[in-house]
Amino acid sequence: MPHADPQPQPQPRRGAGELEAAVLSVLWQAGRALSPGEVQRALTVRSGARAPELSYSTVVTILSRLHAKKALDRRRDGRAFRYAPVADEAGLAARRLAAMLDKEPDRQAVLSRFVADLTGSDEQLLRSLLGDGGQGAG
Amino acid sequence: MSLAVYLPLVLPVLFAPFAGPLAARLDPRHATWLLAVAAVVLAGCSTLALGLLAAAAVVRIPPIASLGHWSLAVLGRDTAAGLAVALLAGVLLGGAVLTVSGFAIRRCRALAGAYREAKCLPGSGQTVVVPDEAADAYALPGRPGRIVVTAGMLAALDEPGRAALLAHEQAHLAGFHYLFTTAARLAATANPLLCPAARAVEYTVERWADERAAKVVGDRRLVAHTIGRAALAAKANRPRRAIPAALGAVFSGARVLAHASAGPVPRRVAALLAPPPPRRMVLLAAVVALVALAGICALEAANDLQDLLSLANTRHYH
Repeated sequence: MPHADPQPQPQPRRGAGELEAAVLSVLWQAGRALSPGEVQRALTVRSGARAPELSYSTVVTILSRLHAKKALDRRRDGRAFRYAPVADEAGLAARRLAAMLDKEPDRQAVLSRFVADLTGSDEQLLRSLLGDGGQGAG
Repeated sequence: MSLAVYLPLVLPVLFAPFAGPLAARLDPRHATWLLAVAAVVLAGCSTLALGLLAAAAVVRIPPIASLGHWSLAVLGRDTAAGLAVALLAGVLLGGAVLTVSGFAIRRCRALAGAYREAKCLPGSGQTVVVPDEAADAYALPGRPGRIVVTAGMLAALDEPGRAALLAHEQAHLAGFHYLFTTAARLAATANPLLCPAARAVEYTVERWADERAAKVVGDRRLVAHTIGRAALAAKANRPRRAIPAALGAVFSGARVLAHASAGPVPRRVAALLAPPPPRRMVLLAAVVALVALAGICALEAANDLQDLLSLANTRHYH
């Protein structure tokens, strides 16, 4: 059944991956199980005025998708669920990788990093090359 | 010993200033192959030449000459200058052997670490998103290699940008780019004169992956803008690794802001915003010829020494 929401897709449309990443990072930061409503509020605070607000049902969809992917644990709390990141495997990997990158230059050399560190003058040059401060890709 | 032995020592000096311009002008795939192979061959030849210079003096040491059954009368005495050259060559060779072994051990450890990490990253897909607010993305060599993207990087890019990023990192893994950079670095460790070539290879593999990504997503401007966005996002949120960047700023701050002195990221973006690089076969052939010359000279010098030693071999007369 189609929904009656007047604006079913936020403009510009944000990718599913981006939303999942945002939801996950909210939960990682919270450090406790959150209800969909709390996640929605945290996302709104985080994205500020520039991004369109996500509907409650979108947040629920993302949370249940992440739960289906086994990225989140959930437990029933009254009528809704509360969600928390599963024993933080990816977080551990991230910390391990960050430690590896910081350790020695050879470690960094074998990883093909997408972008090298920018110096101050590189940044200026980059902004002038892109002509738009790097805001409008594509 | 003939002049041939000195030429492999001189050629890296002649080659080094051209590494950067070659990297900028050649098709990045050609440039990577050419620069990496040239660096390895030139380093190998110059190391061989050092070895020959040192060996030529060593065989003239009387106990060693008698051990090898070589006639000192045929070999002739070394001049003082010859001895000094041989001594210097021996010291340089010793230094090269030590630094190359150290480098090989460190690099093998780093690669083993990356392989291990690629294996035990969560999930079974090629791409792994890690919960890190700092924008970063890289390819981990392994079997199979994995691509690590932080949540911060995903948030900084839109959907086409993410496709470009993944295509770039996939190109690194599919092309085994870490082997080219490792080979070139190894060469530069053996002969520090080749450092510009190693840096150039580290740049051309990025360009290679950029051009590959541009083919995959069908849009060079998109890749250019994605690199720009990613770099600015990484800069905005990477406080821990600020020290090398600050040092870089000290070194480059005095220079005029020109593309030639710019870091790799603006150069990559500029290259993508310009038309695709043409295939310059003449330039390619010129460098191949230079490298071949180094090879021929080193082999010729090795041959000379071998001829001399067999001529001096006293065992023929017994």
